[in-house]
Amino acid sequence: MRPAGRGALDSLYFRYPRFAFRRPPELDGAATRHPVIVAGAGPVGLATALELARQDTACVVLDRKDTVSDGSRAICISRHSFETLQQLGVAERFEQKALGWTHGRCHYREHMIYRLTMPHSDDERFFPMYNLQQQYIEQFLIGRAAELPELIDLRWQSEVVGVECDDNQVAVAVATPEGRYTLRGEYLVAADGAASTVRKALGLKLAGENLPGRYVIADVQMQHDFPTERRSFFESAANPHSTVLVHRQPDDIWRVDWQLEPDEDAEIAVEEDNVRRRVQAILDMLGHTGPWELEWWSIYTANTLSLDDYRHGRVLFAGDAARIVPIFGVRGLNNGFDDAVNAAWKLACVLRGEAGEGLLASFTPERRGATLDVFRNAGRSSRFMTPPSRGFALLRKAVLQLSLTQEFTRRFADPRQVVPYTYADSPLTGFPGRDREFAAGVAAGAAAVNCRLGARGYLLDHLGRGFTGLYFSADGEVPAALAGLPGRIGAGLRLLAVARGPGAGTGAHVLVDEQGAAFARYGAGDGTFYLLRPDRHVAARWLTADADEIAAAIAIALGGPA
Amino acid sequence: MNDTLAFSDLEEFYDRLAAAMDAAGAEKESLLLAKLCMTLAHHVGDRATVLRAIGIAAADLDT
Repeated sequence: MRPAGRGALDSLYFRYPRFAFRRPPELDGAATRHPVIVAGAGPVGLATALELARQDTACVVLDRKDTVSDGSRAICISRHSFETLQQLGVAERFEQKALGWTHGRCHYREHMIYRLTMPHSDDERFFPMYNLQQQYIEQFLIGRAAELPELIDLRWQSEVVGVECDDNQVAVAVATPEGRYTLRGEYLVAADGAASTVRKALGLKLAGENLPGRYVIADVQMQHDFPTERRSFFESAANPHSTVLVHRQPDDIWRVDWQLEPDEDAEIAVEEDNVRRRVQAILDMLGHTGPWELEWWSIYTANTLSLDDYRHGRVLFAGDAARIVPIFGVRGLNNGFDDAVNAAWKLACVLRGEAGEGLLASFTPERRGATLDVFRNAGRSSRFMTPPSRGFALLRKAVLQLSLTQEFTRRFADPRQVVPYTYADSPLTGFPGRDREFAAGVAAGAAAVNCRLGARGYLLDHLGRGFTGLYFSADGEVPAALAGLPGRIGAGLRLLAVARGPGAGTGAHVLVDEQGAAFARYGAGDGTFYLLRPDRHVAARWLTADADEIAAAIAIALGGPA
Repeated sequence: MNDTLAFSDLEEFYDRLAAAMDAAGAEKESLLLAKLCMTLAHHVGDRATVLRAIGIAAADLDT
């Protein structure tokens, strides 16, 4: 919603692009069968298209809109997502605009009771978290897609109105300003949001809970001198009976969220005069005395809803189309990116003939597993942020009050920000016995961590498009059995030699771990081997490399025999 | 005093206790909490610690 007199896209700071409809060949009788169709050009659909393109796989993206998100919506991007954006070739444009942050403050009444400090070090290329409006997120991804016209066919003003799926193909009915057509593809990724048309067309329903607690989220533009941090306020003067959250965004935009009280009428709460009154009370509480302008607002209800199966034959569901998670902990967008990448690399491997059914069958256990993990974490956050009953409300009051004098309860106020999910139980994660031989490092199934390499940048800069093997050794020399692996494996495998120092091994694939950070973060000794998937998750690891086991682990990580 | 509870265990306790309070209902919730405190005090087994806990709980009640 926007203030009276301003249109839906009439922003104080953002010039909305208008994307023209381009008449597709299908309207003139073409019957191309596309490798992948992506429904939805939001962040998740666009990330799917870009990862498919990185994997040299073409797709058609359909969206009924002619522009980007009408509001700032999902504003927090995690480090893990930034590492994904780097692989998609867009991290630089995001970094130029987004605001990185590492800290937060939590207040009870007028007292600060918890200092949030997210893990950060010189070994990281990216901040733990960045704030950026969703319009920019989409705009930057669209800008990258436009650089890849042979691989990404982005079709605006093209609404999915029907889906038919059989054993051989997917047929999508598309409505456009110049008429309807049928688009045929091998696979469909449904990234068409919470109200997914694809989901409805296939008769699938989200199951789960609607949690109590409603928030109004409002963006205001103002000159306000405060670092980029997450600020939360429990029982503040501005909202004595509930919670306020404040985030900074680029362009002098500040996001203020406030929880409605249980007896408040949502329709009245979002009336412009009431929004202005609440915003003023919150700014008074923050000590902001200058002018401000109201940009946009919306209302939000916490839900934990999910499909039981994220795959329906040749259709994969990603992002809000697959599941809706509570806002707390910024998991909607970030897990959506993970869905996108997971779907895309697997589809590309199958379309290239490197993998079969088993790889696609892993999509639900991996991504629904991540959702259930989110529900556990976000469920806790939600029960704290919006207590669902008298018991939870009283206990929250107790721990907040104790936090005035006691350290031990302060962590309850931690927002439990998103962390990448570990695919420990995935059918693609192999050699658990070898994993258990490690005393430290990055567990099998977990996402790879970054390390600074001096002049060579960071470890994750060097990963390949497909699988990557990290071989740790004193001098960077790779044994013949390992060096022969890329030739032995059909799927792409890039071998990187992480060396303690310069020595016998030479070439671009040798990365000298000058500070010893990579050996430490990976719990590695001389001879250690990590096998990373295209999405940077550890498929398997060995304290001492074994070429035959590595070859077997790649086959497992591709879902078994093709 | 013994080792303190791991934070993850404290979180679980928070959830279970809230559920127990809701099950007991508003009228009997104080009695539930009093019984809980007596039980915990017995198991803590340290006079100074349990008496100090009363002071901690009694502080800031008006905030």
